[in-house]
Amino acid sequence: MVWVNAIVQGVLLGGLYALFAAGLSLMFGVMRFVNLAHGDFIVTAAYLMLALVTGFGIHPAFAVLFVLMALASAGYLNQRILLNRVLGADLLPPVLVTFGLSIIIQNALLEVFSADSRRLNAGWLDTASFRLSEDISIGALPLLMFVAAVGVIAAMQFIFYRTALGRMLRATSDDPEIVPLMGGNNAHIFAIATLIASVVVGIAGIFLAMKTNFDPAAGPARLLFAFEAVIIGGLGSLWGTLLGGVILGVAQTIGAQIDAGYQILAGHLVFLAILVARPRGLLPKM
Amino acid sequence: MTVTTPTMPAQRTNRIALALRLLLGLVTVALALAPVWAGRADLRLLMEVLSFLALAQMWNLLAGYSGLISIGQQAFVGLGGYLFFALAMFAGVPLLAALPLAALLTALVALPTGWIAFRLQGAYFAIGTWVIAEVFRLSAAQIGALGGGSGISLPVDLARSLAESRGAREVVMYYIAFALGLVSVLLVWMLLRSRWGLALTAIRDSEPAAEAVGVATRKVKFLIYVLTAGVTGLVGGFIFLQKLRITPEAAFSINDWTAFVIFIVVIGGIGTIEGPIIGVIVFFALREVAADWGTWYLIGMGAIAIAVMLIDKRGIWGAVKARYGLSILPVGRVLDAAPPAKPD
Amino acid sequence: MTTLLETRALEAFYGDFQALFGVDVTVGEGETVALIGANGAGKSTFLRAITGLLPAKGQKVSFDGQEIAGLPADRIHKAGLAMVPEGRRLFPSLTVEENLLIGASGGRKGPWSLAKVYDLFPDLVAKKNNPGTALSGGQQQMVAIGRALMSNPRLLLCDEISLGLAPKVIKDIYEAVPRIREGGTSILVVEQDVGQAMAVASRVYCFMEGRVTLSGPPGELTRAEIAAAYFGTKTDEEAA
Ligand SMILES: Nc1ncnc2c1ncn2[C@@H]1O[C@H](COP(=O)(O)OP(=O)(O)OP(=O)(O)O)[C@@H](O)[C@H]1O
Ligand SMILES: [Mg+2]
Repeated sequence: MVWVNAIVQGVLLGGLYALFAAGLSLMFGVMRFVNLAHGDFIVTAAYLMLALVTGFGIHPAFAVLFVLMALASAGYLNQRILLNRVLGADLLPPVLVTFGLSIIIQNALLEVFSADSRRLNAGWLDTASFRLSEDISIGALPLLMFVAAVGVIAAMQFIFYRTALGRMLRATSDDPEIVPLMGGNNAHIFAIATLIASVVVGIAGIFLAMKTNFDPAAGPARLLFAFEAVIIGGLGSLWGTLLGGVILGVAQTIGAQIDAGYQILAGHLVFLAILVARPRGLLPKM
Repeated sequence: MTVTTPTMPAQRTNRIALALRLLLGLVTVALALAPVWAGRADLRLLMEVLSFLALAQMWNLLAGYSGLISIGQQAFVGLGGYLFFALAMFAGVPLLAALPLAALLTALVALPTGWIAFRLQGAYFAIGTWVIAEVFRLSAAQIGALGGGSGISLPVDLARSLAESRGAREVVMYYIAFALGLVSVLLVWMLLRSRWGLALTAIRDSEPAAEAVGVATRKVKFLIYVLTAGVTGLVGGFIFLQKLRITPEAAFSINDWTAFVIFIVVIGGIGTIEGPIIGVIVFFALREVAADWGTWYLIGMGAIAIAVMLIDKRGIWGAVKARYGLSILPVGRVLDAAPPAKPD
Repeated sequence: MTTLLETRALEAFYGDFQALFGVDVTVGEGETVALIGANGAGKSTFLRAITGLLPAKGQKVSFDGQEIAGLPADRIHKAGLAMVPEGRRLFPSLTVEENLLIGASGGRKGPWSLAKVYDLFPDLVAKKNNPGTALSGGQQQMVAIGRALMSNPRLLLCDEISLGLAPKVIKDIYEAVPRIREGGTSILVVEQDVGQAMAVASRVYCFMEGRVTLSGPPGELTRAEIAAAYFGTKTDEEAA
């Protein structure tokens, strides 16, 4: 029974990992860009939420709105001002610029918030749970996280495949060079993609703040989880990313069930095993 | 991109190159004699400088020439360190033999990790190498015999086997560091002057073009990956011999063994042999001045790395070289005109 | 006839390589003009320069009374200049209909709509939900033309729309030209097939090595003149 419970909790945890990963997946899909500071942006959103709610005493609903708006505008501007300059065939500039950003963000957070690990008190969400059987109960927060992940991915899927914006994003992904001949502005389209990804990063950060303890150095691990979910799921497939998150979550909770020290390691090992067996992921699109 | 023509008369360029070469020779001699003139603290600093020079040369060979941007080289530093400790402490291998043996084993481990990492392309390759390094770190923390999460120290009597007195030990260690620094530069230099050099410069300049003329780019890159892993493991073994204590956090630190190394290469000039030499000088000069600034020091480094990418991604030496056609350690060919060849 | 497009001494570069040397071309309102020339003559480069895909900063390109040189390509597109690029360049992950719709992203009003394009190329109706790249070459070319028309351009630029197609298909596609013109769109076609160019155009420009070597109405140009302008002076040698 403990194993069934581990799997159930792992699936729910996978929702959080899918939220970590969805933005990364989107940015790679549209502009073949990998942001190594992705995890640090998630942690920044978590700190922002924490500061607004506990520091300034703002109502959580407004805080959520504010975090998402702040992330959206920061994402758009970051792409327009900085990241667009380093897009291109040469891999080194984007890798180094985002790696540099990662170091800057971690140390800036350290400067502002100290190295103490923090967590956002989610009130009744933390304690409420649904009892499925003797040994298995589902916490309200993990359930909400999973529902949010499904909702976010469904929304991204809708934008991508059912709207004019999504059409433009897919066209840009195919052949950015001639998009201007359709009246599209690449710099703007890329920034819109980053804006959407950043909103998802904001949502992920808010859940991270409530779910676990975090500290300024928590970003890189989040980047790795996000990356693993994307690769397990298969590049370019958003539902694949959800599946990848779930597999990673289950691997981790089962690992933790064996020995607390194995949680993260088990996730990495399952990822490497899938990379060996299915290099293109489980639901590849590209 | 515009083709930059040397703006200085060739004669003057040659004279400057000669002067720089002379300077490099003098510095090498001075370094060879460092135990004579340097105090204990200076000697320790120089050991660190030389270790970083070797790590930087390896990362440059990997990223600058083979286009493999790894952010997981700490995997091999840590592995080299742990293997060295394990060989010396549990297998009874003499210290000076344990170092190369640890390097060899590290290179062997790089075969399967490379096999896995090479399934990923570009930036995803970078993150993949990082995952592998994390696997090593988390595994090391699980191995009780090696001290688990709290690490392990090299017993004093083992360290004594290097030399009886502390002073003599430091001299021995210094010469190991000196050899590592020197050999790393010479290794890259000779590699580039060999038939491999053509393949590597072709890959650096344009991978599709290199492939089109028959360079087996994948094979070349894989071998470079394994080679750099081995040398990086050697340096790792030495670093922890010097520290006498190893922990998973220190051994597999991405900041110490990869971020700083990347900074050195990028600021000095990626894809040049001279770049890491200049970068290591800049890095340690900066550290002497700013290390006390704490987080601001690291923020500054991140900002400088970004600035280099935005202003001139060729770094200091790359920009100088493009502008003046200077080369201190010539690899014996005009890069852009070289017909790439297939290594056997 | 009022002038729609006019370039003055247009130059274009790929890095240090100069591909165009002072090209003067005009297209009048309602005209169909053809550019001919051998491989590498600079025809596509000319189109890329006027559409803004290649930087043309500080040069003289006037379009519809407006100076467009140096504007970003999407702004030039919105001013009413649409191009069917060389090699069609359909978006592989978009369906035929999506490929057409994306052409209308600029938001220009005018006679062209999905229904009109399907009316012009009825073959596409049955394929509208297929991926653009799953079509025959001729149908792909129709999508590419339709996509450009969806922006209701004042001037339509077509780069080698007959390349690699069967004569029957080429004929079908060129039959669309008069109907496009009826909608008030002027046309500039790049053609390697001189006969086709002479048949469709009211004026022809011949390019060679980045320069205009000959221009005029087809009726006033002799075969020898064209051969000379096309291949250079040593016509006998080149023809061999
Ligand atoms: N992207 C590029 N980079 C460098 N040179 C280019 C590029 N594209 C074209 N050229 C060069 O510019 C010149 C003109 O090429 P362009 O494509 O305009 O010729 P074209 O007349 O369209 O030929 P074709 O009939 O083969 O399409 C040629 O010498 C070509 O090699
Ligand atoms: Mg052409």
